[in-house]
Amino acid sequence: MIPLSAYVAVSAILFMTGLVGVLIRRNFIVVLMSVEIMLNAANINLVAFSHYLHSMAGQMSALFIIAVAAAEAAVGLAIIIVIFRGKMATNVDQINILKW
Amino acid sequence: MWLLFIYFATVSVVAGVLTVSLRNAVHCALALLTLLLHMAGLFVMLNAEFLAAVQIIVYAGAILILYLFVLMLMNLKTEEQHLHKKYPYLFFVGMGLLAELLILLMLSPYGGTMGTATPELILATGPSHAVGVTMFSDYLLLFEIVGIFLLGAVIGAIVLAKTPAKIENPEPANSSTP
Repeated sequence: MIPLSAYVAVSAILFMTGLVGVLIRRNFIVVLMSVEIMLNAANINLVAFSHYLHSMAGQMSALFIIAVAAAEAAVGLAIIIVIFRGKMATNVDQINILKW
Repeated sequence: MWLLFIYFATVSVVAGVLTVSLRNAVHCALALLTLLLHMAGLFVMLNAEFLAAVQIIVYAGAILILYLFVLMLMNLKTEEQHLHKKYPYLFFVGMGLLAELLILLMLSPYGGTMGTATPELILATGPSHAVGVTMFSDYLLLFEIVGIFLLGAVIGAIVLAKTPAKIENPEPANSSTP
């Protein structure tokens, strides 16, 4: 029997990988992919707790997280296309007009 | 059981690290695909077969294809510098946070109130049945809200990404009408 802490440790490592990816990458599509990694790490956590605590709430939350991730990907990629069309910029450090 | 877990966990972590470290964005997307598939394997080990199927169909089949479409549409060249200039500092910040998180997890007692959905009860009717019964009884309102939310996201994405219409100039500058 695999202990719950093993799953939670995998989830923590993946979450921090995604966080570091959001911080260090320049290409904004890869930044969005790192956000997907973080959402997946949260999913593993929820499903593991759902299994070990004998409750369906975690699996439900994971399903809704997948739906929210789909919406986030659609809107985020649409914003990226708009920015790319107007500015031909592909890196997050080139999009700084809101920065003062 | 342990062998399967170690395989899925190792490949997931390696694929996650590759996703944030590879230079070419399309390679990053393929590493993310590997990560998602192996995560579905972890879901199967956790008795959540329905969620594993949803993960493969929605994540690997729809979301990742959307990413790849946009990547191919934008036709990005591989950048010489794919990380920020000061990335070592951020890397060490991430490692410090990970160490703190793991220490806190090791110290945690993992207690909690046990629910009623035991694995035997779920396996008696199948995980999809359990998910369906729970979703359409306790989570019905949330289900409807997510439906409206997705509709809004689709409309927003279409409105944002639509080619802007040419504005008709009411008085052409070079018109020489008498």
